[in-house]
This record gives sequence, structure tokens and C-alpha cells, in this order.
Amino acid sequence: MIQIVEYAGVLLILLGGIMAVISAFGILRLPDVYTRSHAATKSSTLAVLLSLSGTFIYFWASENFISVRLLLGITFVFLTAPVAGHLITRAAYRSRVKLADSSTEDALEEVLRKTEEKMDDMLDDLTEDDTDPDQPRK
Amino acid sequence: MIQTILAISLSLYIIAILLALYRIIRGPSMPDRVVALDMIGVNLISAVAVFSVALGTHAFLEVILIVGILAFISTIALARFVERGEIVEHDPDR
Repeated sequence: MIQIVEYAGVLLILLGGIMAVISAFGILRLPDVYTRSHAATKSSTLAVLLSLSGTFIYFWASENFISVRLLLGITFVFLTAPVAGHLITRAAYRSRVKLADSSTEDALEEVLRKTEEKMDDMLDDLTEDDTDPDQPRK
Repeated sequence: MIQTILAISLSLYIIAILLALYRIIRGPSMPDRVVALDMIGVNLISAVAVFSVALGTHAFLEVILIVGILAFISTIALARFVERGEIVEHDPDR
């Protein structure tokens, strides 16, 4: 019985390795940074979750050892990997990395342009107030 | 049998890390490299877990937490650097 559970844990680890290779192929083959971040965050997180839970199950079965550190690691990776992916994709968009040629629509571009125009107008108003010719400078 | 499966999965993780390394060297833009670096950190966590199973010790389980925290913080710092050109802002008027 114990051996069956050990094999289940090791098979989870193997499945995690296969998922890691699949996500690595995604990071090689996909056309631009936005699609690549899908491969790097989603399937990579699944790979690390599978391997960490496989390790947890293996230690639980073979040595009757429940590792709180492994559980903490699982929750930490599960919480932080999507946040990191979102942040780096946002930084890529803000620093104007080009989309792939095969992508058809960019819904964010227009919204961002309008907001920037509004901000520029506000800045212009502010600077006009500052340099009002009727009032002498202090 | 278990050792064989562990060796196979460890080499799968090494292949994944090497493919991500190719993307770091090749990557056309800076965020590409940061994404691949983040992926290397995540794969390193799983490789350490597999390693500790293969050696049968609990000694490496702290390494998982430390590497996870370091990968997260470094990804956030690099993302801020790519976005604004500085990591810690010194502007006192904000």
C-alpha cells in the first residue's frame, strides 16, 4: 500500500517534468512576449505544483512526514507566479514591446492613448496656470 | 524503478531549463528574458524538490522556499526596471 502511494507521488513528479518541457517548448515556439508569458506562467506553475505535491505525497507515504515547508512552498508559488507574470507583461506593454504580426486586435492601445492625451491636457493646463503672464512671478 | 523515474524527470527539468536559457540568450526584447528567467526559477524549485526525493532527505526543503521568494522578488524588481528605468523611486514630491 505504501509503495503504491510512493509510486503515485513519483508519477506526479514525472508528469510535472513533462509539463515543464511542454511549457519550455511554448516559450521557444510562441511568437511574442505576451503569448510566451502564457507558457511561462500557466503551464510552468502547473509543473511546479505537480512536482511539489508529488514530493509531499512521497514523503508522507515513505517517512510519514508532513512537511509544512512544502505546503508553504506550494501556496507561495501558486500565489506569486500569476502576479509576477502579470507584472512583467504589463511592463512589456508599457515599454512598447511589439505584438506579433499575426495578432489582429489590440483593445488596450486606444484606451491607453486616450488616457495619455487626457493626462497631457491636464499637464498643459497646469503649466499654463503657472506661467500666467498677468501675474508677476514671485 | 523509483530512482529511474526520478532521474528521467530530473533530466526533463534540465531540458526545460536549457530551452529557457536559449530564450534568454536569443530573446529579442528585455521582457522576454525576464519571463524566461522567471521560468528558470520555477523549474529550479521543482528540480530541488526532485533532488531531495532522490536523495531521501528533508534538508533541501528550505531551499524551495528561499528560491521561490528570490525568484518572485527579482522578477518584480526587473519588471519595475523595464517599466520605469529605476527600481526604488527617490522622488520626494510624490
